[in-house]
Amino acid sequence: MYRYDEYDRTFVAERVAQFRDQVRRRLAGELTEDEFRALRLMNGLYLQLHAYMLRVAIPYGTLSSRQLRMLAHIARRYDRGFGHFTTRQNIQYNWIKLDEAPDLLADLAAVEMHGLQTSGNCIRNVTADHWAGVAPDEIEDPRIWCEIIRQWSTLHPEFSFLPRKFKVAVTGAPNDRAAVKVHDIGIRMHRNEAGEVGFEIIVGGGLGRTPMIGKTIRPFLPKRHLLSYLEAILRVYNEFGRRDNLFKSRIKILVHEIGAAEMTRRVEEEWALIRGGALDLPIETIAAIAAQFTPPPYASQPEGVAEIDALRFGEPGFARWLKTNVAAHREPGYAIVTLSLKPEGGPPGDASAAQMDAVADLADRHSFGEIRVTHEQNLILPDVPRVALPALWRALTALNLATPNAGKVTDLICCPGLDYCSLANARSIPVSQRLTLRFNDLARVHDIGDLKIKMSGCINACGHHHVGHIGLLGVDKGGEEFYQITLGGSAESDASLGAILGPAVSSAAVVDAVETIVDTYLAERRTGERFLDTYRRVGAEPFKERLYAAA
Amino acid sequence: MSKAQPALQILTANRLADGAVVYLTAVGTWATEIGQSVVAREEKAASALLARGQNDAATAVVVGPYLIAALEGAEGPRAASLREQIRAAGPSQPVADAVATAVGLAYP
Repeated sequence: MYRYDEYDRTFVAERVAQFRDQVRRRLAGELTEDEFRALRLMNGLYLQLHAYMLRVAIPYGTLSSRQLRMLAHIARRYDRGFGHFTTRQNIQYNWIKLDEAPDLLADLAAVEMHGLQTSGNCIRNVTADHWAGVAPDEIEDPRIWCEIIRQWSTLHPEFSFLPRKFKVAVTGAPNDRAAVKVHDIGIRMHRNEAGEVGFEIIVGGGLGRTPMIGKTIRPFLPKRHLLSYLEAILRVYNEFGRRDNLFKSRIKILVHEIGAAEMTRRVEEEWALIRGGALDLPIETIAAIAAQFTPPPYASQPEGVAEIDALRFGEPGFARWLKTNVAAHREPGYAIVTLSLKPEGGPPGDASAAQMDAVADLADRHSFGEIRVTHEQNLILPDVPRVALPALWRALTALNLATPNAGKVTDLICCPGLDYCSLANARSIPVSQRLTLRFNDLARVHDIGDLKIKMSGCINACGHHHVGHIGLLGVDKGGEEFYQITLGGSAESDASLGAILGPAVSSAAVVDAVETIVDTYLAERRTGERFLDTYRRVGAEPFKERLYAAA
Repeated sequence: MSKAQPALQILTANRLADGAVVYLTAVGTWATEIGQSVVAREEKAASALLARGQNDAATAVVVGPYLIAALEGAEGPRAASLREQIRAAGPSQPVADAVATAVGLAYP
């Protein structure tokens, strides 16, 4: 994985020292909150519902065991013993003390981490397919390009005060696991007819109060032009994006208002002025970054593993886990393992310091010391020899990290909601806990099959409800929590926005409502159909009838 | 809330140094317990609380003081809205360490 060079190390250390002085001046009353707010946000420190909240970037979702141990240390030393993995491949701590924040950032810097680009109207932490480098369907590792974008965007003087925040996601595989169509810029690597690898550039996707699926403005961009092309898009956005209305300030609104064709024209016009210039990427530069993402030293592994075969028949829990949480790896004899942060009754995405330490140890033992963080709020061990699966399953079971539900009804993604967030209108975590308790029969969960529930506690949509097969949006109705239900969303290659099913339901009724929707699917489905397939075939009516019939 | 009831208000903020949720007390200090809040029963008193809070914000004691609706309870005032109840009492569900403890993990 990428290691800091001297430039990175010096830069991050200088930022910590600078912030330490800013905190000192704030505590001494030399800076007002108005003056200080932007400074702390540039370091990822928010003032949230309960206290200061620190958001730490996990660039392209890749962590070393050493870094994960530091995240555990921070949870224990500076917070209440746990952290929350978010839909943006970040981790958040909820009770950070301002006067301890500089020491915390120095600890993070010691393992090449920080909270930069996790707040403010800049280019945010770039996200990637969490199976980068190991997925069998991958063309090339997207993290190489994420790191190149990171180096270009960090402290970019022209793009430090954009109209609004700006999110970029990259996938190197045809099956989109990075939700590239709902980002400000989505980048999809593919091969053109000549067999060359390049990028499809998708612009203007996003969720929030005005959800949009991104539009392709360039079907194929040769690799060396990536940065100049991104620079052209950002310049067009910086010039024409709206600064007069916060709710219309994202690039998706600009693309929507002027249309994809006009957006393309403006970007191409800008690009013509800068292409082939200083941002042109020499092959040697790309190769030097790529060298930091070389695969680990895989060894030849046995074809069959007798213990796996025995356990598969003897242990239903292992058989289910193997089916949902273990995925094929590009290297024979290896597997990609999802560690579920969605245990029955647990808050989605939360991990305790003890769990983080234990996962770091397991990564060292079974996965070349590497861990991934997914936008679906789970962890991944990317490089596990199949022969180690039984031992890993036992260890993860003891840690409550082996719930066999990856991609299933209880693998829901969920924002912090009103339990933690100043912006929220309703709670989301308790609803997700009740859902995992309701769907706690694993045989039933597996029968229901692939089903993504995504829930947000407000219209800002951090829980991606618009692209949930079932989306839940918390709303406040006269001081009571209600939940609006959408069906039919998807964030994958077949991206679509969910449609509102009908009137919002009360907190007391929402779990029953989800169960009714699931039961309707089970009654309507044809052999082999996922929830989304059935919904797309039969439409909303059968669901509406069953759900609202009694009302 | 019916209009016949007097609107009770208390003043809350976050403490600057550690971010803790705090409430202004009758003696002008800031307490972490909402029950110790001083209650304003009419607008003039509420404005006085807010002015006091803004002064403490200007002198780097607290951040972002604002008035919230309160109800009287046996143990002193409590927050009227769900948001402020959660702010006063903490998240409404067990956190990850509780889940970890439940499965026998040592929580340091």
